[in-house]
Amino acid sequence: MAALIRVEELTKVYRMGDQELHALDGVSMEIASGEFVAIMGTSGSGKSTLMNVLGCLDRPTSGKYFLGDKEISRLSVNELADIRSHTIGFVFQNFNLLARTSAQENAELPLVYAGASSKDRKAKAKRALERVGLGKRLDHMPSQLSGGQQQRVAIARAIVNDPRLILADEPTGALDSRTTVEVMALMQELGKSGITVVVVTHEPDVAAYAERVIVVKDGKIVEDRRQTPEEAVHSQPPTSGAPT
Amino acid sequence: MSPFATLRIALRALLRNKMRSFLTMLGIIIGVGAVIAMVAIGEGAKAQVEASFAAMGTNLLIVLPGASSGGGASGGFGSQPTLTWDDLKAIQNECPAVRVASPALRSNAQIVSEEQNWSTGITGTTPEYFDVRSWPMAKGVSITAADNDGGAKVVVLGQTVVGKLWGPNADPIGQTVRIKNIPFEVIGVAASKGQSPTGQDYDDVAFIPVNTYLAKIQGGLKKYLSGTIFVGANSAGDVGRAELEVQALLRERHHLQPGDDDDFSVRNLAEIAGAQQAGTQTLTTLLASVAAVSLLVGGIGIMNIMLVSVTERTREIGTRMAVGAKPRQILAQFLVEALVLSVFGGLVGVALGMLASQRLAAQFGWPTLIRPDVTIIAVVFSAIVGVGFGLYPARKASRLDPIQALRFE
Repeated sequence: MAALIRVEELTKVYRMGDQELHALDGVSMEIASGEFVAIMGTSGSGKSTLMNVLGCLDRPTSGKYFLGDKEISRLSVNELADIRSHTIGFVFQNFNLLARTSAQENAELPLVYAGASSKDRKAKAKRALERVGLGKRLDHMPSQLSGGQQQRVAIARAIVNDPRLILADEPTGALDSRTTVEVMALMQELGKSGITVVVVTHEPDVAAYAERVIVVKDGKIVEDRRQTPEEAVHSQPPTSGAPT
Repeated sequence: MSPFATLRIALRALLRNKMRSFLTMLGIIIGVGAVIAMVAIGEGAKAQVEASFAAMGTNLLIVLPGASSGGGASGGFGSQPTLTWDDLKAIQNECPAVRVASPALRSNAQIVSEEQNWSTGITGTTPEYFDVRSWPMAKGVSITAADNDGGAKVVVLGQTVVGKLWGPNADPIGQTVRIKNIPFEVIGVAASKGQSPTGQDYDDVAFIPVNTYLAKIQGGLKKYLSGTIFVGANSAGDVGRAELEVQALLRERHHLQPGDDDDFSVRNLAEIAGAQQAGTQTLTTLLASVAAVSLLVGGIGIMNIMLVSVTERTREIGTRMAVGAKPRQILAQFLVEALVLSVFGGLVGVALGMLASQRLAAQFGWPTLIRPDVTIIAVVFSAIVGVGFGLYPARKASRLDPIQALRFE
C-alpha cells in the first residue's frame, strides 16, 4: 500500500529561556493509506506534538513531512488551513462542538470553510450524520445529546469533507466504557472504508483496537508494532441510542 | 467563502447571545439617536431664528434717529428726532446701493369698529414700505402713491387687529373704522408675519398713508421725521455698502465732524441675523459633539463585548481553525459581527432619533428638520466605529494559535 504519511527526521524544539525542549527528536515513520494506527505515550512524551504536526496545526522545527505526495512542513498558515480543510478530519477529546448549534450545522462546519454551496453542505452533512448513526437527530443541539452521540457528531464533522486522514486526540477520554466501544467501532469502520485513522491515546484498551501501535517517549519512537486488532463489538451498528 | 456565509455565521453568533447583543447595540442606538435628535434641535432653533428675521424683511437697514442728551443723561436712540424729511429724500436719491427708502411713523391709538375696539400701533408710511419688508396683502389692496399724495383716509390692517375687531376669518374690506374719531376705509389686510425675533407680534398693526398720518394723527408737517426710515438695498450683497453710504450721507448732512458720535443709528438686520445664526450654529455643534461622544462610548462598548466574546469563544475559534478556517476568515467573522452590531444599532438609532426629533419639534413648535446628510453621516460613522473598535478583537481572534485555542479552558 502506498504511504499516505511519510515523515523524515522530524524535530520540534521549544525554547524556554536558555533551555531547549526537544518535543520531537528525529521522528521518522510511514503510515500507509487505510491504516488504523494508535500513537501511544505518556504525557510529555511528544505524542501531542507529533499529532499537531501530522494534523498541520503546527510546523516542525526541522525534518520533512509528506502528506500524500506533498511536502508540507514549510507551507504557510493559509496553505496548511487548506490542507486541513480538504484532507484531514479532527476528533477531539472533548468533542469541541459549537454550543447551541444543531448537529447538522456542526457537521457542516468544515464545508463552510471549504466553500461548498449551502445545498451541497446540507446533503453531505446529512449523509455523514447518517453514516455515524445520527440520521434522526439532525436538529438536536449538543446539549440534547449524550457524550457518545456528541462524539459521533464530531466524527461526522471529521468525515464530512471526505478526508484521507482522521486524527483523533484521546477520542474516548471523556466517554464511558460502553460508548468507548461504540466510538472505536466507528473508527474501525472508517479505517476499513479506506480512510487512514490515527488515534492518539495513553490507554492500552483503546490502542488495542488499532492494527499498529507506535509508542513515543521523549520525542522518539521507541516501539512500532503491528497487532491483530481487537474487534470492537457493539450490539448494533451505532444507530442512535437514547440520550443518557 | 462568500460574504453571505460570513454574515450568516456572524448573525448566528449574535443571536446566540441576544440580550448581550442588544445591550451592546444600545450604546450605538443611543449614540446615533442622540446625534440625530440633537442636530435636529439645533437646526430647528436655527430655522426659527431665520424665519423670524426673514419676516423682518430682506436686504433691510433700519435708520433710527439719534439719542437726546440732557444733563448728562443719554436718552437712547430714537429719543431725539434728528432725521429730517430731506434726509429721507437724500437717502432715496443719493445712495446708489439703496433701492428704496420708506418712513415709518408710529403711535398708539384706538381703532374702533362698529362693535369692537382695539388699541394698536398706527404706522404712517409710504407704499414702498411693503416692498422693503416683503409684505404682501392677504386681502384687498395696499396703500398707493395716490392715497399718500391725496392724504386718503384708508387703512391696511394686520391680521391680529382684524381678529380682534371682527373675528379671525372676517373679511373687513370696505368696512369703516375710526381712528381718533376719524373714519378710515379698510382697503387691505396684510399677510400674517408672525413674531419678531424678540417675540413682538408683527400682525398687531395698522398702516395709513404717511401724509394722512402727519395731517390727522400727528398734526401738521414738521421738519423732523419723528420715526424710523426703512431702507431696502439693491441686493443682499449691497446691504453692507448701503449701510456705509447711508451713514456717510447722514454724517455729512448733519454736519458731524470726524470724531463726533453719530446722531443716528443704522441697523443692519443681516448682521444681527448672522450673529444669531452663528449662535444657534454653535449650539448645534455643541449638541452634536456631546452626542458624538456618546456614539464613541457606544463603540468602546462594542470593543469591550467583542473582546469578551473572543476570549469566551477561544475554543470555538480553535475548532474553526482546525476544520480549515483561515485567519482572515476568522477576522472577517468577528469584524462582521461588530459591523452588524454597529450598523443595525445605527439604523435603529436613526429611527429613534427621528421619532425624538419629531416629538421635540412638536413640543417647541419648530419645524421638524431631519437632515439627511447628518443621518447618513451618523450611520456611516457608526459603521466606522464598528470596524474601528471591532478590528482589535477580530485581529486578536485571527492570530490565535489553533493548538492553544483548542486547549483553552
